[in-house]
Amino acid sequence: MTDVCIIGIGIHKFGRTDGMSGRQQGAFAVREALKDCGLEWPDIQFAFGGSAAGGNADSLVNELGLTGIQFVNVSNGCATGGSALLSAYSAIKAGQYDVGVAVGFDKHPRGAFNADPKSSGLETWYGETGLMLTTQFFGMKIQKYLHDYDLSPEVLGLVAQKAFRNGKLNPNAWRREEVDLGTIMNSEMLSDPLTKYMFCSPAEGGVALILASEKVARRYTNRPVFLRAVSMKTRHYGSFEVFSPYLALQRAPAPTVFASKAAYEMAGLGPEDMHVIQIQDTESGAEIMHMAENGFCKDGEQEKLLREGATEITGRMPMNTDGGCIANGEPIGASGLRQVYEVVLQLRGEAGARQVQNNPKSGYTHVYGAPGLSACTILQN
Amino acid sequence: MAKQQVPVQEGLFTWPSDNPQLIARREKKTGRVYFPAIHNYVADEDSEEVLLGTRGKLYTWTIQGFLPKNPPYKGPETVETFKPYGVGYIELPGEVIVESRLTTADPKDLKIGMEMEMTIIPFREDEKGNEVVTFAFAPVKG
Repeated sequence: MTDVCIIGIGIHKFGRTDGMSGRQQGAFAVREALKDCGLEWPDIQFAFGGSAAGGNADSLVNELGLTGIQFVNVSNGCATGGSALLSAYSAIKAGQYDVGVAVGFDKHPRGAFNADPKSSGLETWYGETGLMLTTQFFGMKIQKYLHDYDLSPEVLGLVAQKAFRNGKLNPNAWRREEVDLGTIMNSEMLSDPLTKYMFCSPAEGGVALILASEKVARRYTNRPVFLRAVSMKTRHYGSFEVFSPYLALQRAPAPTVFASKAAYEMAGLGPEDMHVIQIQDTESGAEIMHMAENGFCKDGEQEKLLREGATEITGRMPMNTDGGCIANGEPIGASGLRQVYEVVLQLRGEAGARQVQNNPKSGYTHVYGAPGLSACTILQN
Repeated sequence: MAKQQVPVQEGLFTWPSDNPQLIARREKKTGRVYFPAIHNYVADEDSEEVLLGTRGKLYTWTIQGFLPKNPPYKGPETVETFKPYGVGYIELPGEVIVESRLTTADPKDLKIGMEMEMTIIPFREDEKGNEVVTFAFAPVKG
């Protein structure tokens, strides 16, 4: 079977772009990705795309050209981008197509996401009495984790501080100013122990990746990035997930643990082999827990690692080098692909002021989200 | 005349009752307990209704610091009158862990592992002037 490569990458700046629809930001990203590898839209044989709030991805053909291609819409919660990528990977791996696009975009209203109990299969009382907020779930999950592993709430501030520091170096990020630790810790307490600056905000943006079989990739680029693994897993009975009126008495490992393990097995690599890492940081606590769930440390080691700078761009496990969700905001459909965009850029050595030194060879991405799913990728140059 | 008290949802807890209890379902084959019972997690013929114990341990908690969006929230507060409220999960021994509002919003009152007890609290007034009540957990005093 052929190897699958990423040959073109495109992004529309994250944050807020008034006067531009989510779809337009998605189309912009596709055009940028085509330009990046010297292809034109009629060269594209298929596409998988998704958006949570920006409309149907397949309507991008109105902007890009009615060339008659297969275009499948993907709707998979926070793993929408990851699932689009997984589908595109599988289509090429199976020999069905040689070159295609994975695209994700979004445009969310301001403020915390409105949750609808019925669309999550719950009764109205749950939302009515103020229990249906993603922010509460994040607060309660990390509250328990800090307690169980004896971590100080300041680790949450350190994660956010790093995100803003890295965002400052990323021209496509939304938040581009450093925020000091005191300001982060003392900002409005939204959901104890998480303050305002520790959360990402719903946002806008678009990312497109052009994938090709190795043979075709060599025709267009001398610097393909190989997709060594793509995995996507959903929750088991007993995992602690958002919008749960009850939890089982015994915790099961999180979906991330399974997605991560599958990715390492598929690539024949381990966490110690990753030179640049993007993991889901919906809020600071998520990055802390995901460090362990993805195998980058043991539970409870995070504080030491953060304090010694291990996860800085200059550290031994550079993490969320583009500022992550905290500095980029969360356009659900685009987030997972943004991580892959960043890793490709880093592996090519094109990340500018935030470039990880010593020619990173292998990179890792991870998304996690509602309703309890996770997708991971491993890339190599 | 005292206002009539109505539950936020029929079938969520026993009501009216001098000792209200949450209503759950236990799957016969696995013994797993699901809450609330009104939710069809398992088929009726494979499960039985159980009333949950009213005492447990605080599994985790947070304080809701801002007014939730309406919809879905239906609390009576405005941005001006909103006061933070506590939310937590309470582990009911041998049964299940349930999510609930807490009667306190002071982090100093809350400690993971502490004893908690179920109570019924007024939540809002409905269109007919009834007092809508819901369940909550309170720290056990002493």
